[in-house]
Amino acid sequence: MTNMAEDLKAEAPFAGEGLAPAPEDRRRTQRDSPRERKKRTSDAVIYGVLVVLVAALMVPFIWMVSSSLKENNQVLTVPIQWIPTEFVWSNYTDIWTRIPMMGYLQNSLYLAVIITCLQVLTGSLAAYGFSKVRFPGRDVLFLAYIGTIAVPWQAYMVPQYIMMQNLGLTNSFNALILLQAFGAFGVFLMRQYYMTIPDELCEAARIDGLSEYGIWARVILPLSKPALASLALLTFVNTWNDYMGPFIYLTSNRLWTVQLGLRSFVGQFDAEYAMIMTGSVISVIPILVIFLVGQRYFIQGIATSGMKG
Amino acid sequence: MTTETLPPVAPAPAPAHSRGNRKQARRNTLIGWTFILPNFLGFLAFTLIPVTAAFALSFMEWTSFTAPRWVGLENFQRMFQSDTFWVALRNTVVYALGHVPLTMALALVLALLLNRKLKGIGFFRVAIFFPYITSLVAVAVVWNMLFSPDNGPINQFLNVIGIAETPGWTSSSDWAMPAVIITSVWRDMGYYMILYLAGLQAIPTELYEAAEVDGASPWQRFWNVTIPSLRPTTFFVVVMLTVSSFKVFDLIVVMTNGGPGRATTVLSQLIYQEGIGEGKFGYSSAISLVLFVIVLTVTVLQFKIQQRRER
Repeated sequence: MTNMAEDLKAEAPFAGEGLAPAPEDRRRTQRDSPRERKKRTSDAVIYGVLVVLVAALMVPFIWMVSSSLKENNQVLTVPIQWIPTEFVWSNYTDIWTRIPMMGYLQNSLYLAVIITCLQVLTGSLAAYGFSKVRFPGRDVLFLAYIGTIAVPWQAYMVPQYIMMQNLGLTNSFNALILLQAFGAFGVFLMRQYYMTIPDELCEAARIDGLSEYGIWARVILPLSKPALASLALLTFVNTWNDYMGPFIYLTSNRLWTVQLGLRSFVGQFDAEYAMIMTGSVISVIPILVIFLVGQRYFIQGIATSGMKG
Repeated sequence: MTTETLPPVAPAPAPAHSRGNRKQARRNTLIGWTFILPNFLGFLAFTLIPVTAAFALSFMEWTSFTAPRWVGLENFQRMFQSDTFWVALRNTVVYALGHVPLTMALALVLALLLNRKLKGIGFFRVAIFFPYITSLVAVAVVWNMLFSPDNGPINQFLNVIGIAETPGWTSSSDWAMPAVIITSVWRDMGYYMILYLAGLQAIPTELYEAAEVDGASPWQRFWNVTIPSLRPTTFFVVVMLTVSSFKVFDLIVVMTNGGPGRATTVLSQLIYQEGIGEGKFGYSSAISLVLFVIVLTVTVLQFKIQQRRER
């Protein structure tokens, strides 16, 4: 799996590949121009196919944005209006008073930030223990971690719920933080990365007199920035998008996350098509921003672990 | 002498002969545990114990109103006689049978299309991946409107291409499951495309060059070089997809909530309804044990098939 990550790293999306042909290529171009011309036409065909395909796949997003700028009765029209006849920007100002959107966004942000910090911190610590310190029972313990990744979460959500109920933590953020901040996934992802860091580095630091904690903080952490970024981004997005956790644990409206708030708005006002789309756009924008900033790390994280949280 | 005959377990830890070494080993254990402990405490309390408890609970009668009581296989008997259980199991299997092959095929096609050096190719990759990290509620809500039986864009499109009898999608018990499957395929294929892209880029170009020298057509190169080289990736993709299909939950809850009727009720949802909705802890744990056994069996089976192929 790590090989894949290396390969993807070499090929960062958005990099302008194919801008300048390599010298050998150019030599071949001069000698073999019909072939080059054929390649150019096939490139044009591929571009055409890709543009049509991506446009088709983006229809739901295009439709979402376009509908969010319409009046309700303009959303489901025959024929479809891809561009609103009149842009109803007021949807974007009204939604804050129609539902407590700001509160929902704050709740989502709060949960996502706390869970991400705890997951990254405890995950990278544990991963160091599992990859760089040798002690009896370590591998058995790690197997237990891996084993639970394979168990569907639905299979143990009821015992978790009973436990939280007995601790009096249902209908509180603490339940979600406790359940999601210590995931085995983060440990697994970080360990995969630490395994690629040569042990000799730690050995050298040990000889220089650094303690194990010093090695973790001053050697391993700086080296594992890409993996930390991957884990942080994946955890943040997963928490932001999580529906089932908040759905099970958060009953009072003031604790709701964006996802719950949006879902409840749809349930209450199912004919408010435009406003529903406005809410959807607002719920997706933070993810879009984070994704555009850190897309390299998302893709590496996925190729490294092949798993989502 | 006896220690010599034992197979070497791990190369690194020196045999703890001297007192210094033993002390070192004890110190290592202590240090190792301090690193693991912060995560392990949470993991133990909120994952490991609940997982173990789920097994025990499936053999108990326990509701929010009664004390736990050992009942052996009673929960399973009740479950196998329950009509709803079989409907949910059938729906889950139908969903998996639609979701797994479609997602896999489309992800592979997209990866093949996008695995070339073209200017701006990164944009296409990123665009196709984006649905996967879009929030599920937004996805479900948009697709529900796209699928709207009257005047929905999808049915309008079907009208345009000459289909007059358009399906009722999420409001029809025959078409609700296909609607859910289409949505989930759209959402997931970008993720598996990334896995396939990584797999494609790991294939050495010499293999293709050798095949070209031997006069293999593009099609032959695809069947005899690409597909066999992708086998590990395909195996991984199939396992991941199958497991995630059997776990499908939130998409269905938001999109159809199991309806109309029981047309899209799946196992995870049943666990939620019985366990958390109605407080039948024992009974719902029995259903979750079945879900776990299915997921485990499918994974192990695929492992066996993969191993046989490799030999």
